[in-house]
Amino acid sequence: MTDVKNLDDIFQAKIDAEQKIEPKDWMPDAYRKNLIRQISQHAHSEVVGMLPEGNWITRAPSLKRKAILLAKVQDEAGHGLYLYSAVETMGVSREQTIDDLLSGKAKYSSIFNYPTLTWADIGAIGWLVDGAAIMNQVMLCRTSYGPYARAMVRICKEESFHQRQGYEIMAVLAKGSPEQKEMAQDALNRWWWPSLMMFGPTDANSPHSAQSMKWKIKRQSNDELRQIFIDRTVQQAEVIGLTIPDPELKWNEETKHYDWGTIDWTEFNNVVAGNGPCNKERLAARNKAHNEGAWVREAAVAYAAKKAKRKAA
Amino acid sequence: MSQNNALFTYTLRLADDLLILSQRLGEWCGHGPILEEDIALTNRALDHLGEARNLLTYAGQVEGKGRSEDNLAYLRMERQFTNVKLMEQPNGDYAHTMVRSFLFDAYHLPLMQALLKSSDEQLAAIAGKAVKEATYHLRASSEWIIRFGDGTEESHQRAQTALDDLWTYTGELFEIDPVLEEMTKAGIAPDITAIKESWSKTVDQVLAEATLKRPADAFMMTGGRKGLHSEHMGFILAEMQHVTRAYPGVEW
Ligand SMILES: [Fe+2]
Ligand SMILES: [Fe+2]
Repeated sequence: MTDVKNLDDIFQAKIDAEQKIEPKDWMPDAYRKNLIRQISQHAHSEVVGMLPEGNWITRAPSLKRKAILLAKVQDEAGHGLYLYSAVETMGVSREQTIDDLLSGKAKYSSIFNYPTLTWADIGAIGWLVDGAAIMNQVMLCRTSYGPYARAMVRICKEESFHQRQGYEIMAVLAKGSPEQKEMAQDALNRWWWPSLMMFGPTDANSPHSAQSMKWKIKRQSNDELRQIFIDRTVQQAEVIGLTIPDPELKWNEETKHYDWGTIDWTEFNNVVAGNGPCNKERLAARNKAHNEGAWVREAAVAYAAKKAKRKAA
Repeated sequence: MSQNNALFTYTLRLADDLLILSQRLGEWCGHGPILEEDIALTNRALDHLGEARNLLTYAGQVEGKGRSEDNLAYLRMERQFTNVKLMEQPNGDYAHTMVRSFLFDAYHLPLMQALLKSSDEQLAAIAGKAVKEATYHLRASSEWIIRFGDGTEESHQRAQTALDDLWTYTGELFEIDPVLEEMTKAGIAPDITAIKESWSKTVDQVLAEATLKRPADAFMMTGGRKGLHSEHMGFILAEMQHVTRAYPGVEW
């Protein structure tokens, strides 16, 4: 009999050799748990993320924008589906995963607990939130768990599309009327810091990060990804004439990166703890949809069973 | 009414049905009964919106006053909208939403198929793009009606209630007025009685399989084509148009 220590070594050797871990492969319990948590959080984020954006579908200011937004929110639902399937490869059913969201046990990205107050928020979300998500997701295309990595490859293509569309909304507003430009700047002001928080705690305060890096679930640290995002986004803001709301932001010739201010971690912790502006509304909306949809799902199951029975008869 | 005016009105009617239904379906986004249905509803909303945009653009060209699709969608008041009242009915539960779509799909598909032969090349081309989607929509909504009707007791009851509630709005789809008569005579619009026969056949088939009862043709609501809507319409437009109206004349 092979002992666990040995299995652990074989597993780690596989990871080190850049081989993907597949559902049927042996894996340490902690690796499985870590991934189930991460992928389901990711799935929930896609689905809860539909709410702040869906909020503007009926009010999009042109039919073209309405169509683009509908398609985007539809993509996010698709991302949720792929990711719930990826969780299922680890032996946890979609129902169970969703129940954990609905009961408040599972987390989702805190960014979606902020409200979309004006049309420019739809631009800001695409540009900044999808933009920040891409940083993580591009990294995850090379994550060690095969089904997760493959889901990410499909998702990344669509996310970069979303990012460009969001940026374009902002660009049009920024060169529009003074009111439009003000709307865009206001949205940037409100979404900038929460977007930076999306990368998670600083490396010094991120206890699970080292293990995740060793298992190659993560391949770049929170702070590294955050810095790349900042460097890229500051330049994009400049191009369209918007100002990043950080007085400490400054190009550092030595490091070739931007220096920037400090994240308000009290706010971050508050939102994670359930006290964000929309935590209650988001969870209530998911629960309402789920409860009101129960009879629909039951009808589908009942009909399928009747049909199968008739076929067998 | 000049033929151009009639063509404008006819095209606008086709467009408004789709635009308002799409607007209603968009309200579901993120709130569907299951993720797959969220995707399907959004797809439906997108297809209807795409077709509405083609039709609105064409209506603007026919009118010749330089009105764009957005002009027509965002800057008309409710009395100028010509959709049937069925489309503006609230989403209700999922049975109401699906029955509303089914009753429309069963009309929309044969209409688009017939429009392929329209003497108006633009309308024929727009129909050409729409037929495949319309086929898919009708299949999907029919399947739900059957699942509901032949699913659980609750789903059966909900579907029957939705049918009974919405039936009174179906007459409007087949109303004949001077605009339609003129368009039919010109070979632009198809014979609406043939569309009605096809609709009726589909409805009977699907309801039979769903073990649902076709409501009796009692009083039929009217007025939408003349811009006489229900009270829902003002709120639909208030929501849809408010940003655009608050910042007139700008690009988005
Ligand atoms: Fe996504
Ligand atoms: Fe996205």
